[in-house]
Amino acid sequence: MNILVCISNVPDTTTRIKYSADMKEVDYSGVQWIINPWDELALTRAIELKEANPALVQKITVITAGRADVEATLRKALACGADDAIRVDAASGDSLYTASQLANAVKGDAYDVILCGIESSDYNNSAVGGMMAELLDYNSVSAVSSLNLDGNTIKVTREIDGGKQNIEVAGPVVLIVQKGIAINPRIPSMRGIMTARTKPLKVVPATDVIPASRVVSYEAPPAKSACKMIAPDHIEELVNLLHNEARVI
Amino acid sequence: MSVLVYIENWNGKFKKSTYELVSYGKRIAAGLGGELSIISIGNVDETELKKLGAYGAGKVLSANTDMALDDKAYAALIAEVANKSNASVVVMANNSTGKALAPRVAVKLNAGLVSGVNGLPLSYQPFVVSKKAFSGKSLLQAEITSGKKVITLSQNTAGVEEFPGDVTVEPVDVSAVSGSVKVLSSDVQTGTILLTEAEIVVSGGRGMRGPENWKPLEELAEVLGAATACSRPVSDEGWRPHHEHVGQTGKVIAPNLYFALGISGAIQHLAGVSSSKVIVAVNKDAEAPIFTAADYGIVGDLQEILPKMTEAFRKFKANA
Ligand SMILES: Cc1cc2nc3c(=O)[nH]c(=O)nc-3n(C[C@H](O)[C@H](O)[C@H](O)COP(=O)(O)OP(=O)(O)OC[C@H]3O[C@@H](n4cnc5c(N)ncnc54)[C@H](O)[C@@H]3O)c2cc1C
Repeated sequence: MNILVCISNVPDTTTRIKYSADMKEVDYSGVQWIINPWDELALTRAIELKEANPALVQKITVITAGRADVEATLRKALACGADDAIRVDAASGDSLYTASQLANAVKGDAYDVILCGIESSDYNNSAVGGMMAELLDYNSVSAVSSLNLDGNTIKVTREIDGGKQNIEVAGPVVLIVQKGIAINPRIPSMRGIMTARTKPLKVVPATDVIPASRVVSYEAPPAKSACKMIAPDHIEELVNLLHNEARVI
Repeated sequence: MSVLVYIENWNGKFKKSTYELVSYGKRIAAGLGGELSIISIGNVDETELKKLGAYGAGKVLSANTDMALDDKAYAALIAEVANKSNASVVVMANNSTGKALAPRVAVKLNAGLVSGVNGLPLSYQPFVVSKKAFSGKSLLQAEITSGKKVITLSQNTAGVEEFPGDVTVEPVDVSAVSGSVKVLSSDVQTGTILLTEAEIVVSGGRGMRGPENWKPLEELAEVLGAATACSRPVSDEGWRPHHEHVGQTGKVIAPNLYFALGISGAIQHLAGVSSSKVIVAVNKDAEAPIFTAADYGIVGDLQEILPKMTEAFRKFKANA
């Protein structure tokens, strides 16, 4: 069994977002880049499965679409335990553009399981995994919070509104994963970092795809007004404010 | 220029969020000068379907099937109905079902997708919508440039509006629809208030000190008719179930009132709750960052304050 993990390269989650003067672009200067948190959990689970079933899981490949500067993030994924990496040499585009680049790069390759995070922490569009599945004509299960292999049978838990379902699905399948899929993200070991340098990283050219949407402009969210403090021995004042001022109870 | 809204059901019933979605679709159809159709998949009876008329449904296409959610099969069905009804805009909820289906439908229709849209489009030609990005740290305006468009609506950002009118219900042929994922078992909460639907949410963080202290928090939630939630470390520690975790990596919620109890207010936590209309924070540390996000704050020890709060709200409810 071969597993493909899609990796999005995103600003560290504590990054303060800055913009160009015309507010049409994000200013990424000085940003610390990380593996998208959900993708990191997906990769962690793939590695755990390979370690637990060495005879079954042959290879973990990581893939991203981006220019050469995203290779640092791919090397980090290799250092965590992926076997090889693919970079589609594409500019950034919308979800449909990115998903098409990834799908075109792996079409015809024998991946049994493709893992994608449920969203990317930059554009929060929850789109690439489902789009890839449709482009490849594979099954997909979204909101997956646990993944286990029973021989070649793929068993997953899907989170639904107010509950969960245990599902069995045959590969090839795209699993769109969320919290719970792994608990502690893998951190590269010293040895991992050393071996990552020599692991294969293949660069493939982008394909011609027309994006279907674009960002027109950005805006900082409106500032919050000051917090009204209430004395701990005047809780009835809180009740009063919530009822008469905020009108939410 | 017609609009198709996909709606799900919970044991054959709709929720307030369904009505929000339908009336949202109605307003978009009006903006485009077109018709609205609804596609419902699942076992929903005629009486329930007819309720959608009050929110502008016009025409409801009902795919009455027992088949559990199967991303590929459901998406194919929705895309087929979208093509038949000549829909140029397809709308879904930005919840776990919408996130599963919208991307697949978008590819089938060769449409651009923007998820988590806040409220109505800012313009129809060009088609521009507003959404949050960077987990709430930024807002952006996006234009969908393709002829067909798919959007998912952030719950509670459009509101429910009534458009009383006639509604027709038409069955959709589902004989050819088949899924390939096998549901072995499911475990669905009943009786409790869904976190994503709740108008009031009471949430606890590490400041609650341990799972044994949750009883008073649950009591407060009960008095207020609220759902319960928690911060990430609380669910990671197993103090509370994972489905209660809110924040960047958990659920994103937008209730009218959110209580952050013993939660420091880390940026990743705020990413999931900052759309709440009103935030109340209780923390023993006056410098905790949660107070910069909150509307009302109390500095103090929860062990003392929580029972007092419950008492005060109980009294209020008794007199209301
Ligand atoms: C990639 C990434 C993603 C993340 N995603 C999420 C997410 O989705 N959701 C999330 O919540 N976190 C998330 N986090 C974690 C986040 O950074 C914080 O660590 C977390 O939110 C802190 O949880 P807390 O507020 O419960 O605990 P703490 O930060 O430990 O805060 C506890 C608070 O309780 C107060 N307190 C203690 N005792 C009392 C008392 N007796 N009475 C009153 N107050 C008391 C303290 O003053 C303190 O402010 C993420 C982190 C990363 C790196």
